[in-house]
Amino acid sequence: MSLLYTNEQKELIALVKEMAETEIMPFVQELDEKGECPRELFKWAFDMGLHMLEIPEEYGGTGLSYETTAMIFEELAKVDAGYAISLVTTFVALRNVILSGTPEQGKYFADIIAKGNFAAFALTEPSAGSDPASMRGTAVKDGDDYILNAAKTYITNGELCSVIVGFFKTDPAAKHRGISAFIIDRETPGIIIGKHENKMGLRLSNTTDVTFENVRVPASNMVGPEGSGFKLALNALNLSRAFVATLAVGIMQRALDESVKYAKERKQFGKPIIKFQMVQQMLADMAIKIEASRVLVNNTMRMMDSGSLVRKEGSITKTFVSDCAQEVTSNAVQIFGGYGYSKEYPVEKLMRDAKIFQIFEGSNQIQRMTIASELENEYK
Amino acid sequence: MNIVVCVKQVPDTTEIKIDPVKNTLIRQGVPSIMNPFDKNALEEALQLKEEYGGTVTVISMGPQQAKATLRQALSMGADKAHLVTDRAFGGSDTYATSYILAKVIEKLGPFDVILGGKQAIDGDTGQTAPSIAEHLGIARLTHIRSIKIDGNKCIVEREIEEGIEIVEAKLPILCTATKETNKPRYATIKGKIDSLKAEIDDITLADLPNMDTTKIGLKGSPTRVKSTFTPKRQSCCEIFEIVDPRETAKVLFGKLAEAKLL
Repeated sequence: MSLLYTNEQKELIALVKEMAETEIMPFVQELDEKGECPRELFKWAFDMGLHMLEIPEEYGGTGLSYETTAMIFEELAKVDAGYAISLVTTFVALRNVILSGTPEQGKYFADIIAKGNFAAFALTEPSAGSDPASMRGTAVKDGDDYILNAAKTYITNGELCSVIVGFFKTDPAAKHRGISAFIIDRETPGIIIGKHENKMGLRLSNTTDVTFENVRVPASNMVGPEGSGFKLALNALNLSRAFVATLAVGIMQRALDESVKYAKERKQFGKPIIKFQMVQQMLADMAIKIEASRVLVNNTMRMMDSGSLVRKEGSITKTFVSDCAQEVTSNAVQIFGGYGYSKEYPVEKLMRDAKIFQIFEGSNQIQRMTIASELENEYK
Repeated sequence: MNIVVCVKQVPDTTEIKIDPVKNTLIRQGVPSIMNPFDKNALEEALQLKEEYGGTVTVISMGPQQAKATLRQALSMGADKAHLVTDRAFGGSDTYATSYILAKVIEKLGPFDVILGGKQAIDGDTGQTAPSIAEHLGIARLTHIRSIKIDGNKCIVEREIEEGIEIVEAKLPILCTATKETNKPRYATIKGKIDSLKAEIDDITLADLPNMDTTKIGLKGSPTRVKSTFTPKRQSCCEIFEIVDPRETAKVLFGKLAEAKLL
């Protein structure tokens, strides 16, 4: 642990650790194999309130800071980052409706989530990933309603969600400024949940296609003014980038915990392998990267707590931490040797889980473009 | 419905070390937890409250550190918590402790249901909670599986060696819980935060004027610990040189029965 934790933070971390290690960890290996996580297993997180930690109390949340929420989610990610991301996606969607929508929209969304339900964020399309402005999904005004049509893909919580924040072009001719966001009830006719992705990692997290076929929603479900959807998506991504970085820190810490334990037990040439300099260097480099990552995440969280948009900092954090996570988990497998490559041991899963962090919430290549463009602006 | 739960803070270890001079438990340096069976008792209380309404009060006798255990009870959903603490209570055995706790319960009451764990994992006596019922002159039912309230009586399922015993008793009642009674809940994040800020008051000797002070503390405790030790692990091997397998089986059976292993 590298941060200065308050007594309250320590207590909350200990509580979540106990729950996650007792109630979730025993099932993780089997569920990773199956590529699913039953809804009942989320009961623990919902009962504890982990889906609404940083949501203000007037919306039924706990009103914690982003900083403390991140500490709790790092702990959860040590047990399983896929489990954790199902909850992160939910509260990031809710938070953005609260930030950009009307108080009524925020209340409506919060009431659904508070009962122990998931939310999804439908932005990506098969041909619009890094370039969301090229999306083809449309929202066409029809009286007091909008008719939504789109094929969305890689939607976290697709099958589990009760409510969706979806992005559609209200003005297909316009680029970014043609995108608007809508709150869509999962039960609205015309929503088709597609196949569940058979993913490399984060296999406890549910990821599906979501197709909108002439889905009719009231115009009052539009979040923010018409054409403000892209801005909302960017704000949401700033927030989720910081939070996925937290999960990556959790994955790394677990990798180090497992690696040190193993290196102390595993004997070759008559001594534990932790006594060999080359193993020592790997472990030390892992620890260095984890410490730096955690402090970086913490600083970004504190900046967000003080109201900063962290446009550049969020990208820097996500990119640095996810690149570290790929290296740290790969080295954990290396330290375990042949055993590390086996599914009998926990580290290969961490390596599979870590990879997506370089890809989602904007690939690290896109992040570097963002950082460079922010730099260009700063030095005008 | 008014419910009181007696909880004890215990060292979190099965490897309890014993002070070789004083013959008492060394508590320093060992992390403390709520006695696991008391957690089951608290869970039962919270479930009763959810079903029948009322309040759940938690009491614990011990030093100031025991407030951590009371806070944990509050974080799980208890309404009130009191620490029973006074230098005069120090050194109390199960008789003196149960007498003091009975007096506290009388002061805070009346209660319909008093709950405790079947025993504490440190002392393992299992005497304190049942003795409270004796001091209060009320019925007690130990090792319960469930409680149902029906007007001024309750129907309790008890675990006994032969099976399950179903007993009806008049309220107020004292019950002790086991691991089988329920699965204790986790605190909510909000409950945990609130519990850290909660005020927990001390109940001292001065708050209990009806106390017979000859029955409390080390002097009021009839129990004297003569000696405490860790039994030595011994293993030995006996070889029977019998040719007839029937005879071998017979001898072996006799030996195992003698050692109470059958």
